[in-house]
Amino acid sequence: MKKKKLAGAFLSLTLAAGVLAGCSGSGSSEKSSGDGDTIKIGVNLELSGGVASYGQSIAEGLELATAEINKEGIDGKKIKLIKVDNKSEASEATSGAIKLTSQDQVAAIVGAATSTNSIAQVQIAQDNKVPVISPSGTSPEITFSKDKLNDYIFRTSFIDPFQGTVAANFATKEIKAKSAAIYIDSASDYSKGLAAAFKEQFEKNGGKIVAEEAYIAKDTDFRSTLTRLKSAKPDFIFLPGYYEEAGLIVKQARETGLDVPFMGGDGWDSPKLVEIAGAKALNNTFITNHYSSGDPDEKIQNFVSAFKAKYKDKSPDAFNALGYDTGYFLADAIKRAGSADSEKIKEALEKTADLELVTGTFTLDEKHNPIKSATILEFKEGKQVFNTKINP
Amino acid sequence: MELIQQLINGVSLGSIYALIALGYTMVYGIVKLINFAHGDVFMVGSFVGFYSITVLDLSFIPALLISMTVCALFGVLIERIAYKPLRNATRIAALITAIGVSLLIEYGFIYVRGAQPEAYPNDVLPTDKFDIFGVSINSQSVLIFGVAVVLMIILQIIVHKSKIGKAMRAVSFDADAAKLMGINVDNTISATFAIGSALAGAAGVIFGIYYIKIEPLMGVLPGLKAFVAAVLGGIGIIPGAMVGGLLLGVIEALVSAAGYSLWRDAVAFVVLILILIFMPQGLFGKNKKEKV
Repeated sequence: MKKKKLAGAFLSLTLAAGVLAGCSGSGSSEKSSGDGDTIKIGVNLELSGGVASYGQSIAEGLELATAEINKEGIDGKKIKLIKVDNKSEASEATSGAIKLTSQDQVAAIVGAATSTNSIAQVQIAQDNKVPVISPSGTSPEITFSKDKLNDYIFRTSFIDPFQGTVAANFATKEIKAKSAAIYIDSASDYSKGLAAAFKEQFEKNGGKIVAEEAYIAKDTDFRSTLTRLKSAKPDFIFLPGYYEEAGLIVKQARETGLDVPFMGGDGWDSPKLVEIAGAKALNNTFITNHYSSGDPDEKIQNFVSAFKAKYKDKSPDAFNALGYDTGYFLADAIKRAGSADSEKIKEALEKTADLELVTGTFTLDEKHNPIKSATILEFKEGKQVFNTKINP
Repeated sequence: MELIQQLINGVSLGSIYALIALGYTMVYGIVKLINFAHGDVFMVGSFVGFYSITVLDLSFIPALLISMTVCALFGVLIERIAYKPLRNATRIAALITAIGVSLLIEYGFIYVRGAQPEAYPNDVLPTDKFDIFGVSINSQSVLIFGVAVVLMIILQIIVHKSKIGKAMRAVSFDADAAKLMGINVDNTISATFAIGSALAGAAGVIFGIYYIKIEPLMGVLPGLKAFVAAVLGGIGIIPGAMVGGLLLGVIEALVSAAGYSLWRDAVAFVVLILILIFMPQGLFGKNKKEKV
């Protein structure tokens, strides 16, 4: 009986070895990531499900960039996108990454849109040594977690705390605020991350935080807290929440007679914000964002017109721009690597410096986060107006 | 000055609680049922008001009346379908049904229109600001308080002066005896649901105008708060619900004013627990001795 088992094990081992040999035999000596004149790039995005609008927008931007790059090609090779839909679920993102690395043998993966779904791919990318670029995952944990760099993971967007730092610099330098209040969503890591960075930088700039208040998502009545904030007399209020509550807070603040400037992050960026707060209440409020289609910069205007030409006059949003930039970010690295080999692309990505793209000028830091400018937008009669660009 | 401002904030919030609490208290007074679906009637009222204003292009008063009418019918419908067949069942059965009805309305509504929030138009009522001695009063909060008071006075008149009000009081005192006296108990109970639900509908429209953002689960928390308000004032007692609602609004505003805004909801439920321990009959209730 025992012998039989052993024999079985031996048989299956030889079989497996045979399969493996067959695999390596069919590929070239280098890891195959495209045959001859194509470079295979995996795209692992939220094309359906809860946050499908993010994934769809990134895919649109990425496709536009790929079409442009393929006109000339990279050293005569063309990029071929292989898309998988992760259905806005972490488990699907993981299995998508497994398929792209093992079956399609892609050179690199673009995705996912959210932090959670990006983190779901980390281990597979690390194990298979395939670089992954998250276009819009903003959590610091994606590239650097547990005091360890995930060296195959990159991102195109800036990280959460960065927006707080930029907002603090804007408050001190442009608004000339001496004192500020912070009003956060205590149930959101995003909000807390931005607020902590804001506080640190604002105090470093010599400002004083005169009040810190918190709310819980889904609250509707903020008048009592706002009355309290009003009596603290801040010059500036930092409100790093999402649009539903931010809209209500700004509206109720103006009704309470709190007329100081408010500022938030990219979480405010939704047409619903204007509906909820009302155009008038939003005057004298600012947000940090990845990019503005109203930025007069030539590179941005070229992107906007190319995008409009391809997508029936649709004005590109921040996710479109991030998807577009991810395409160029990767193409630049492949060009410098001079090869479609994953390992070499990874090394080239790490050395990215002063790369001028739509959402800013990229230089990668040691934690694989791009150091780039943030755009400040001001609301004027309900419209987002480009105010200024702040470099870190 | 800040304290007065906070009291005004509290009263505006409290008048909405009070309007919802009236429905709870009336229904409890008559059938001894805590109608947990009441907060969802409030939500439906808010959406009916929203669609009347945006789709039918109506102004505040017609939208308020349409919402109250639709909610009154909706309340009667709920009572006839879900509660009437259980009239002689145990009270726990009725209570569980109420929770079921509540969830059915919430998630049925989400199924039909999705969970995304909706924003009331900003110009339904003028938003002038009065500054009196450094206290800024919003014209909307004055109007909201006014509408709430008017509705409560009308309710008091209905209950104490009209025939249906007399029938309601009789049924709540002793349903069987009222039946023997020739009162149609079923119709009286339906009328109670209709009036209570109409008030919840009005509260929904007012809430939408004052707080702008409405969504399918918006009734849950105000519903529970109104329940606390009803218990605080003494459940089954109409003036108690009004006072309880206003008091709860003011307590919440003061908790936030003291810098404990995250504790606001918790304090509301601590109030409920304390009341149930120390004054289970509520502020306005009399301690009735039951015969054994």
